[in-house]
Amino acid sequence: MPLEALVFYLLAALTIGSALIVAGSHNLVYSAFALLGTFMGVAGLYALLAADFVAVIQVMLYIGGILVLILFAVMLTHRIADVEVSNRTVGRIPAALILGVVGTVMGVCIEAAEWVQHAEPVVEPTTLGIGEAFLGPYILPFELASVVLLVALIGAVVVSRKELRGPMVDG
Amino acid sequence: MQSFIDGLIASGVFGGLPAEAVYPAMMFLFASLVVFGFVLPLVTITIWLERRVWSRIQSRVGPNRVGPQGVLQGLADGVKNILKEDVVPDAADRPLFVFAPYLLVWGFLATFVVIPFSSALVVADLNVGILYITAIVALSAVGVLMAGWASNNKWSLLGGIRSAAQVVSYEIPAGLALLPVVLLTGTLSTQGIIQAQGWAPWDWFLFHSPFTFIAAFAFYISALAETNRTPFDIPEAESELVAGFATEYSGFRFALFFLAEWGSLYVTGAIMAVLFLGGWQVPTGWTNNTVVLNIVQLAVFFLKAYFWVFLAMWIRATLPRIRVDQMMSLCWKYLVPLGFVNLVGTAVWMVIWPEGNPFVPYLMVIGTLALVVIFFRRVLYHLRRAKPELYFNPAI
Repeated sequence: MPLEALVFYLLAALTIGSALIVAGSHNLVYSAFALLGTFMGVAGLYALLAADFVAVIQVMLYIGGILVLILFAVMLTHRIADVEVSNRTVGRIPAALILGVVGTVMGVCIEAAEWVQHAEPVVEPTTLGIGEAFLGPYILPFELASVVLLVALIGAVVVSRKELRGPMVDG
Repeated sequence: MQSFIDGLIASGVFGGLPAEAVYPAMMFLFASLVVFGFVLPLVTITIWLERRVWSRIQSRVGPNRVGPQGVLQGLADGVKNILKEDVVPDAADRPLFVFAPYLLVWGFLATFVVIPFSSALVVADLNVGILYITAIVALSAVGVLMAGWASNNKWSLLGGIRSAAQVVSYEIPAGLALLPVVLLTGTLSTQGIIQAQGWAPWDWFLFHSPFTFIAAFAFYISALAETNRTPFDIPEAESELVAGFATEYSGFRFALFFLAEWGSLYVTGAIMAVLFLGGWQVPTGWTNNTVVLNIVQLAVFFLKAYFWVFLAMWIRATLPRIRVDQMMSLCWKYLVPLGFVNLVGTAVWMVIWPEGNPFVPYLMVIGTLALVVIFFRRVLYHLRRAKPELYFNPAI
């Protein structure tokens, strides 16, 4: 087996294995910490695809930002262990149906897609290309995303600070 | 490196093993060689230096018994810690408790990959080197949270949560403070940033413009906060939280916490040297020997890195700890706006003087030198008046 394939399967196993713990663990904290493996696995897959910038940003945002925030929230919650899953048996048949349909569609798509293949892996800096794409053809979605984030930021400040709410909202 | 291993394979050292098996094995071998032969001594010497500097500032003697001037104290402490019992509390969450220190150590060991010690001595000159360092530090934050929660101890939990809040907050001013340098060089690679500077102080980014000067210190303060150094050591505030997230740890795992803390202190100094002090840059043209050149570069890099490490020790020995609310307001009300001002200011500076202002770097070097001279004259004046014997007898 070539080394790249081996690394790919190891990373895929790490990603999927931790994702299973995230979904199946009865301890909220274990689920949250297992996310670390999923995020690292995905970052490793990006690095394997020579997408260095995306891999690093994945680590920075998902582990440094989102995972820490999730852990933060989980640790402040009550009754971390023994989460009672109230709807454990209700959705089995719909779940199987949806899984089957989505799985089939995805399989068909993967089969039908024309994959871009290189004989040799292309390892070159991606930051320049990403920057040019953001400020060139994709400038409108980029600016829209920043406006959305700004609105979210201001909204968070207004929600969390009582004295800023003023007389409009009670409390 | 790869050609060396290829040569070994060709000469039959590995007895016909496939190359796919040899490469990872050799990578592990060299990585462990680097960790045990370089990082471990580096960290123990940094710890010894901190204890000596600290005691000198506080008019004490410090560890001076093991080896010349006590250099081998770290070795003795390491052996002692490894021999101690590794206690795991009954109520602790065993798997997470056992795993957390490793995550912390990974977080700082991984940064050594992109630190350029000389023009040739760098493990991997990644295109996204600086970004990689800021990203991988997040692993330590997760490790601290894990240690805090798994200990099942209220002090540990409080320490872990405080540390996580601190790291997440100070990532933003740290990132903003290194953006001016990225803007000036147009690259994220650590070698590229060093190559854009020169050996002389006026070629360093520290003195490039007033904005980069401020950015350097904003980055330094944020980095101190990210590594939980005094005056930002509220996650392990002894007077409130015993030892914070490390309270329940003992033996080898406690030693790992120490390793990670002082290791990341050195990494902070190294990043400061790379970003703002010109890294390994030395005057060229006086030797053609690559080995000699690289050794001199290594020495220069270490001097610059240890200047910032020494500064951190000095700060730790003199400043009191700040409160949680002061820590948060310093980050969000001062450092983050300052970071934006620096970013925009550097951009404007680059539009006005694309090649850099011809006079400002020299003026800033002279101004900084004048400040240093005034400072040391005052210190000397006070020392003469106080006449303490200890300061003038460093051999004690």
